[in-house]
Amino acid sequence: MIFLKLFYTFLRIGIFNFGGGYAMIALIQNEVVTRNGWMTMQEFVDMVAVSQMTPGPIGINVATYAGYSAVIHAGYSVPMAILGSFIASFSVILLPVIAMLLVTKFLMKVQNQPAVQTMLKTLRIVFVGLIAAAALLLLTPESFGSPTEQTTQFIISVILFLATFIAAFKFKVSPILLLVLSGVAGYIIYGLILPA
Amino acid sequence: MENSEVTKTNANSQADKKVGLPALFSSFCKIGAFTIGGGYAMIPLMEKELVDRHQWVDRETFMDVLSLSQAMPGVFAVNMASNIGYRLRGIAGTVTAVLGNILLPIVIIILWATCFKFLSGNPIFEAIFKGIRPAVVALIASPVFTMAMTANLNWRNAWIPAIAALLIWLLGVSPILIIIAAGVGGFIYGKYLERKGESL
Repeated sequence: MIFLKLFYTFLRIGIFNFGGGYAMIALIQNEVVTRNGWMTMQEFVDMVAVSQMTPGPIGINVATYAGYSAVIHAGYSVPMAILGSFIASFSVILLPVIAMLLVTKFLMKVQNQPAVQTMLKTLRIVFVGLIAAAALLLLTPESFGSPTEQTTQFIISVILFLATFIAAFKFKVSPILLLVLSGVAGYIIYGLILPA
Repeated sequence: MENSEVTKTNANSQADKKVGLPALFSSFCKIGAFTIGGGYAMIPLMEKELVDRHQWVDRETFMDVLSLSQAMPGVFAVNMASNIGYRLRGIAGTVTAVLGNILLPIVIIILWATCFKFLSGNPIFEAIFKGIRPAVVALIASPVFTMAMTANLNWRNAWIPAIAALLIWLLGVSPILIIIAAGVGGFIYGKYLERKGESL
């Protein structure tokens, strides 16, 4: 039963995400693409792009999208997919919201305990590795073009990758602007200069 | 005498003034629907709406909720909404604020996902996404380095994320297993440091 599996999968993703939106992307990549095969790596990359360019928390956007795609992938219709997207986005926040209510009501200062502080610091360090793995897993011909068969696309992709990376990391350019610019670059290069 | 009477009624009316659920909903709706770029991009608008405009929480409480929401698992913006909602109107407030925060984004994504199917064969659309895909990978790679700095990564602890990344990337180990191991390990290490009277 796809809906039950969706519920359980996103329940886990939600409660184990201690690292923000990009960490959620890493967890969803593992559960949705690697483990369950609910979408291809390329669909996943496209989904991340869309989730960043539309309003709302990235974690919610990605969960909604992944729930939708998983149900479509299992062969169901669009209304079923819409149900799937609601199940995914609600189950991803269910346990964290309950946890938040319990903490707010009973132990407001739990995060100030030294052992909890050390645990959170360790988790923060580990999530750096988790997101690194997500990025490494995306270095595929699906997102860059094959270096041997689509050499031109591969070289252009590497240039776009480096330019985006430097602009985001070094110059703190907004991700939305970078996605729009790379989309325009894609249109000019592949649509106008090098039409297939 | 008269003065203290006035202050008393003022204080009473402050305490009695219940935040309306529709106002709570529309405020979080605005916060969710008008910020592109994820939860952290919402902080300035949240502060403006909740602290300055409606004065539902004071700045100090807002900062406390912010740090708690970062520490708790899940989606940062939703954690903020559930805590603030609870403070103002209990469970009903939580449900209202959270729904307000996520409903429009969900609807927009569903519309997108439905249109995406029809667009995916289009050559112009394909050209655009051929340019976007490597940029997305770069945008996921860049917070690795920013987070490494804010998480105080140094030569003594850099092996932890390195091994985590290699386990996931090359051996296909589940990230959730690694998170559990890190959480338990970190907590035990914290208790050990506590006993020794140190901190990390």
